[in-house]
Amino acid sequence: MAGVVGVGVAIPVAPATAEAAPKDKVQDGPAANASARCYQFFDLNEVAFIEAFVDHLIPADELSPSGTELGVTIYIDRQLAGAWGRGARMYLLGPWPAGTSQQGYQLPLAPADLYRSAIRAVEAHCEAVHGGSFDRLQPAQRQQIMLALSDGSLRLQQIPAQVFFDMAYANVMEGLFADPIYGGNKDKRGWRLVGFPGVMAAHAENIERFRGEPYLVEPLGIADLS
Amino acid sequence: MTTKLKEVDVVIVGMGWTGGIMAKELSDAGLTVVGLERGAPRSDAGFSVPMIRDELRYAVRNELFMDVSRDTLTFRNRPAERALPMRKLGSFLPGEGVGGAGVHWNGQTYRLSPHDHALRSRVEERYGKSFIPQDMQLADWPMSYAELEPFYDKFEYMAGISGKAGNIAGRIQEGGNPFEGPRAREYPNPPLKPSLASEMFTETTKKLGYHPFPRPAANMSRPYTNPDGIKLGECQYCGFCENFGCEANAKASPHITVIPAALRNRNFSLKPHAWVTRVNLAPDGKRATGVSYTSVLTGEEFEQPANLVILCAYGLGNVHLMLLSGIGKPYDPVSDTGTVGKGYCYQVATVVQAFFDDRIFNPFMGAGSLGVVIDDFNGDNFDHGPVGYIGGASIYSASLGGRPINQRAVPPGTPRWGTEWKKATAHWYNRTLQMSVQGSNMASRYNYLDLDPTYRNAFGLPLMRMTYNFTDNDEKLSAHLTTVAHDIARAMGPTHLGPRTPRRAPYSIVPYQSTHNTGGAIAGHDPGKSALNRYLQSWDVPNVFVMGASAFPHNSGYNPTGAVGALTYWAADAIRTKYLKDPGPLLHT
Repeated sequence: MAGVVGVGVAIPVAPATAEAAPKDKVQDGPAANASARCYQFFDLNEVAFIEAFVDHLIPADELSPSGTELGVTIYIDRQLAGAWGRGARMYLLGPWPAGTSQQGYQLPLAPADLYRSAIRAVEAHCEAVHGGSFDRLQPAQRQQIMLALSDGSLRLQQIPAQVFFDMAYANVMEGLFADPIYGGNKDKRGWRLVGFPGVMAAHAENIERFRGEPYLVEPLGIADLS
Repeated sequence: MTTKLKEVDVVIVGMGWTGGIMAKELSDAGLTVVGLERGAPRSDAGFSVPMIRDELRYAVRNELFMDVSRDTLTFRNRPAERALPMRKLGSFLPGEGVGGAGVHWNGQTYRLSPHDHALRSRVEERYGKSFIPQDMQLADWPMSYAELEPFYDKFEYMAGISGKAGNIAGRIQEGGNPFEGPRAREYPNPPLKPSLASEMFTETTKKLGYHPFPRPAANMSRPYTNPDGIKLGECQYCGFCENFGCEANAKASPHITVIPAALRNRNFSLKPHAWVTRVNLAPDGKRATGVSYTSVLTGEEFEQPANLVILCAYGLGNVHLMLLSGIGKPYDPVSDTGTVGKGYCYQVATVVQAFFDDRIFNPFMGAGSLGVVIDDFNGDNFDHGPVGYIGGASIYSASLGGRPINQRAVPPGTPRWGTEWKKATAHWYNRTLQMSVQGSNMASRYNYLDLDPTYRNAFGLPLMRMTYNFTDNDEKLSAHLTTVAHDIARAMGPTHLGPRTPRRAPYSIVPYQSTHNTGGAIAGHDPGKSALNRYLQSWDVPNVFVMGASAFPHNSGYNPTGAVGALTYWAADAIRTKYLKDPGPLLHT
C-alpha cells in the first residue's frame, strides 16, 4: 500500500489549522481555472508536444489525474510567456563558447527560446526516425525518446538534449508542486499526493504533538488565505 | 556627470550582517556613517503570510538572491581553462538587498574551534610539517579563539541564538558540544524543540559513542529581547526558513536587529539601490578618499567622500571591489605573489538520505537550523594520522522543511517519472531522514579569484573570475566523512539507504552545495601573504577595512556566520578603541 497520505482525504485533525480557512474558501485561485487550456506561449504544434511530454512524466492513474489535467502545461506556458521565460535573472551576454559541464548553462538562449528550438528539434527527430510527431508515438517509443533526452544520448540539431530535458523536467515538477496561483497543482493534487499541508504553517506545538504521527489536513494555498 | 556628496566619517559598502553591525557600532560611537546597499530596502510588512510561503518564488526563482543578469562571476576549474559566466545561480546563493544573505539564511550559528585559529601550528605540532600537502596554503589565523570569545558572545546575544553550551569557562556541559572552545556563559535561548529525525540521530550517535548536541540556531526557541531592546518572536517551525524571510521576526536578521538599532542614531543614514562601483584612492594609492556609486533607480552617479571605507558586501563582492579599485596586489598563483584573491575556499558538502517504511517525519515542520550535530569528526577532534588529510566536518541531521518542489527524495532505483515515481514520491516524502556532512576546505595555490579578461557586468566592469577545484585533501575528507555519515544512517536501521556519494573533483558550479564562500581577502600576520591584518584592516590602504568570510584564511566544517559576526564586532572594537585615536596602520611591519 503506497502511503497516499492526503490523497482525496480532508480530515482536519488539527483544528487550529483548519479553522483558518473556511471550507467554502478552499478552491483554486483564478489562475488555475483554465480548463479550456488557453495557451499564451505555445503554438498548436507545441501544445501537442508539451501535453504529451508532461503526461508521459505524470500520467493519469489511481494516484492523480494527468499532468495536463493538473494544469502543469498551463504552468509551463505561463512561465515561458513571462519574465522567467525571457531570461530574467540570467546572464545572457556573449561570447558563448561551449564549456565543461561543471561550468553550467552556456547557451545564448532564454528558456522560452530553448523550449521552442528544442521542441522543433525533437519533432524533427520523431518525424525522421519514427515517421510521426511526438504526441502520436507509441508509449514505448515515447519512453525511448524520453530516456534518450534525459541521458543526453539523443543527438538533436544544435540543441543539447539533456539541457532541455533537465529544464523541462524541473518545470514539470514545479507545475505539480508549486502553489496553485501559478496555474498548476490544480486542486492542490500535487500537495495531496505527498501530504504537504501548504502555506498555513504554525507548528510550534504540532512538532511535539504530531512527532512521528501523520498530520492530515486540508492543504491550503496562497489564494485560500488572501 | 557625477554628484559629489558631503564628506562623512565612514562609508559602509553593503548592508547585511557585517554592514549592519558596523553601522550600529560606529554610529553609536558618534561617527557620521552612510550605509550603501546595492539592493532594495526591506520593510517589516515585506514578508507576510501567505505571500512569503511561496516556494517557487523564493526557493526556485531566487527572489531574494543576487541577480546575475547584472553582475555575476566567471568560473573554471583550473587556470588552463577558459572561464565562462555563471549564467544562473546554482552552487551558492549570495544575497542582495538590505539585510543581505542574513535575511534568507538558515540561522546555523557556530563558533570556530580554537584549533581553527591556530591551524598551521597545531597541524605541524601534531602531525609534522610533511603532513601538509605541497600546494596547501595553511595558515594560522591572526587572532586567537580566546581573543574573539567576547565578540562571539556579543553576536550570539544580539542574535538570540538558541542552543546548549558544551563548555562554560572550561567546564564541560552535558548535552552541549564537548569539543567547543570555552565560552563565558550559556546561549541566550534554550535549544529548539527536537523533531523525530533529531531524536533518532541523537539516539543513534550516542549509541555509537559520539557526542550529539542541538544545532545552534538563530531561530528563536522563545520570544526574545536582545541587548539593543530589539524584540524577536518565537519560531513557528513553518519550514519556510532558508531562502525566505521570516514573517514572525523569529529568525535573527540584520534588517530587524542591527540595522534598525543603527537607524536610531541620526548620524547613520541608509541608502538602498546604491551600487558601489569603485573605492576611490588618493594618487599615491595608499589612502581611500571614498567610494563611487550608481543609483540603480535613476542611473545617477555619485561620489561619497569618507575618511574610512568599510567593505561589508558578501565576501565575493568585497574581493571584486578590491580588485576593481586596485586595493592591494592581485594574487598570482604562478609566482605565488600578491594577496587579493588568494585563499578562496568553499565547503566540501555531501548529503545522506535514509528511508524508513515505519516512520512519519512530517518534514514540513521544521526550522532553518533545527537539527542535531556531532563534532567528533570536525577540526582536530580525531586523529588525522590514519586518514591522511587535514580538516573535518560537522555531521548533522536537518529538519529544515518539506517544501515539495525541492525537498522530496525517493530511494535509489526509483524511476524518474510515471506511476512508479509517483507512488514512491507519495510514500517516501514523509518517511525520509536527511543528514549532511559539512566539510572544511583548505586554501590551495590554484584556487583563487581575479578579474575576468572578457566578460563584463551591467556597469561595464570586468566580472570576477573564480578558479576553483576540489583537491586530493578534499576528496579524502569527503570519502571518509561521507562514509561515517552513511554508517550512522545505516545504524538507524532504515528500509533503504541512499547512495554514498562523496565529493570528487571536478567541482561543479551547477548543483547547490553551500553558500559558504570564504577567502579572497584573507587576514594574516604577514603582509606578503595576506590582504588584511588581524583587525581586518587592509595592509595596503589602512583606511579600508574588509569584513566578512572573505577574511577567513581557510573554511571550517562549520557555517561561517557566527565567526563573521564575531570578527565584525572585533574589528569594530579595534576601530573604536584603537584606530580612531590614531588613524593609520594598526600594525606596523
